[in-house]
Amino acid sequence: MSTPNAIGTATTALDGGETAKSSGAGRGERLAAFVQDQGGLTVLVIVFIAACIFSNGFASTNNFESILVGNAYTSLLALGMTFVIITGGIDLSVGSVFALGGVLAGWGTHHGGTPVAVLLPLAAGLAIGAVQGLLIARARLAPFIVTLAGLLFARGLLQAISNEGSTTYQVPKHSSFTALGDGTLRPILTAVVLFIVGAVLLVRTRFGQALFALGGNQNAATLMGLPVVRTKVLVYMLSGLLACGAGMLNASRLGSGVTNLGVGYELTAIAAVIIGGTLLTGGAGSVTGTAAGVLLLAVITNLIGVHLSKYGSSASDLVNGAFLAVVVLIQTLISRRRLLA
Amino acid sequence: MTDVARRREAPDKDRVLTLLQDYGVYAAVVLLVAIDTAVGSNFLSVSNLRVQIFAAVPILIVALGMALVIGTEGIDLSVGAVIALAAAVIPLYLGYGVWVSIAIALAAGAVSGVIAGGLVAFGRVQPIVATLALMIGLRGFAVILNGATAKTVTNSTVVNLGVGDLLGVPQMAWVAAVLVAVVAFLVHRTTFGRQLRAVGDNRAASALAGLPVRRVLIIVYVVSGVFAAIAGILIVGYGGYADPANYGLNYELSAITAVVVGGTPLTGGKVRVLGTVAGAVFMQLISATLIQHNIKASYEQIVEAAIIIGAVYAARGRAGR
Repeated sequence: MSTPNAIGTATTALDGGETAKSSGAGRGERLAAFVQDQGGLTVLVIVFIAACIFSNGFASTNNFESILVGNAYTSLLALGMTFVIITGGIDLSVGSVFALGGVLAGWGTHHGGTPVAVLLPLAAGLAIGAVQGLLIARARLAPFIVTLAGLLFARGLLQAISNEGSTTYQVPKHSSFTALGDGTLRPILTAVVLFIVGAVLLVRTRFGQALFALGGNQNAATLMGLPVVRTKVLVYMLSGLLACGAGMLNASRLGSGVTNLGVGYELTAIAAVIIGGTLLTGGAGSVTGTAAGVLLLAVITNLIGVHLSKYGSSASDLVNGAFLAVVVLIQTLISRRRLLA
Repeated sequence: MTDVARRREAPDKDRVLTLLQDYGVYAAVVLLVAIDTAVGSNFLSVSNLRVQIFAAVPILIVALGMALVIGTEGIDLSVGAVIALAAAVIPLYLGYGVWVSIAIALAAGAVSGVIAGGLVAFGRVQPIVATLALMIGLRGFAVILNGATAKTVTNSTVVNLGVGDLLGVPQMAWVAAVLVAVVAFLVHRTTFGRQLRAVGDNRAASALAGLPVRRVLIIVYVVSGVFAAIAGILIVGYGGYADPANYGLNYELSAITAVVVGGTPLTGGKVRVLGTVAGAVFMQLISATLIQHNIKASYEQIVEAAIIIGAVYAARGRAGR
């Protein structure tokens, strides 16, 4: 998808940088642009085809299902992170907020039933996002540090609710809450629908355009009269909502508000977003790229689980880390060449 | 504009704020020690002080390296994974002699620093991404090296580094004291220190002025990696076993917190060495104080979050000017 990048280029053009190139793009440059925008997708297709051919046990309906279902809810963290990173920010709190969403949902099923279990996590996600967004947008504190504090706060809150993690709120057997994340189709459909909505929101709405403008050049965005503070607060609220909501859905699926989930999920989400071609400097990125990034990391983890199970998750960590480094290095080199060209 | 000129122009409210920013963390440490001594009868007992030292020193050492990296407007998320890697290396090479294994552990930290610094300096990858990749990858590597189960380490040299004394003071504390002195000297008394601050202030201008920007960047990440490896060795000695799957988790966050609370701005160009020491001590004191009053770990995390926000909020005024 070249649209988001075109918008990013148009906004960075405001500093007098990139105007010339977008008009006179040569073939090499178009290839470079494609790799940067859809590098994650390209590698995903290659890895997927190779895995289907060479790996025994990868290409089966059951395995595909388990990959998709296993990553359906965590992929929502990467979706929210995409928006945040496009504005030039970062949200380290999503892993903790995800876990908090699950615990609040489990707590809710015992204190008011399904409506509370659904609405409480969503409200908490919005509230945490709003506070973080205000500290970042209005008090102008660094997103990294604010959301780091948010990570600690959400983890502390969920442990306070669960008696230091010793009480796990099980969802009652016949609660209607379990229906939300039941089966294989529902989690996958939820993720697909939210990603489509996210892509439309990003590319086709005023809010999405404002995100790119903000990430491209905040001063220019302010001068253009964009509601900078409101947009930033909204983007962190969106990320908090998605993270806490994903945790809630996950609790519905597991039938329990597991307390020790989510540690390090923010890093996987950031890795997926970056592999998907969204620039950490802000101003460019796409939801489809993030989807490819999520799937690529999931396929690698699955492949290693199938073939190198004796090392557990450490082997996939090693490969995922190496992948991230290589992808980012290539992206950086390409974007520098495009800037200099 | 120099600091002096800026302060002379500043109205009183700003001056109070500046004082608070510069000395607040020291005042907070003194205050907490006073409260703990007054309320708890045994806070100043030797055994309790030792407990605090053993808990604070590894984070303090990691924070020193982190402060240098942050001084260049960078960040190093890989330190926790480097701790795990050092922990994995120690039992692996003990057969060749203890100093060989320690040297290899330190070298592993240095190599990690070269990779991070190389990506940042030559690849122009953002520090947070470069070190994030290392953070994910290195821990996986460390666990593969070690195997999933923790290994016991009984070598007396390593164990003594963790729990032993020298002249009545824990060896760990000596290590920390030496490293603090070295870093303070580097930052405040050498050309390298000036170059580091210049790079943190403005990388592009430093490059145009002919400063060895890439060398400075690589050195700070190498120092950070080596310091993290030292912390890893001390943690192995203290625990008596090597557990790469669990060692050093969240150390990057604790170290960044110590640096920020100590008054080093995340925007680079300034390194406060003693402030970082005070920041690490302060965070340990907070945790000790809350434990002493039987306050749950969950509230401790919430308090920590509030302190971090408070510290950056206080530092904000200066950065904005």
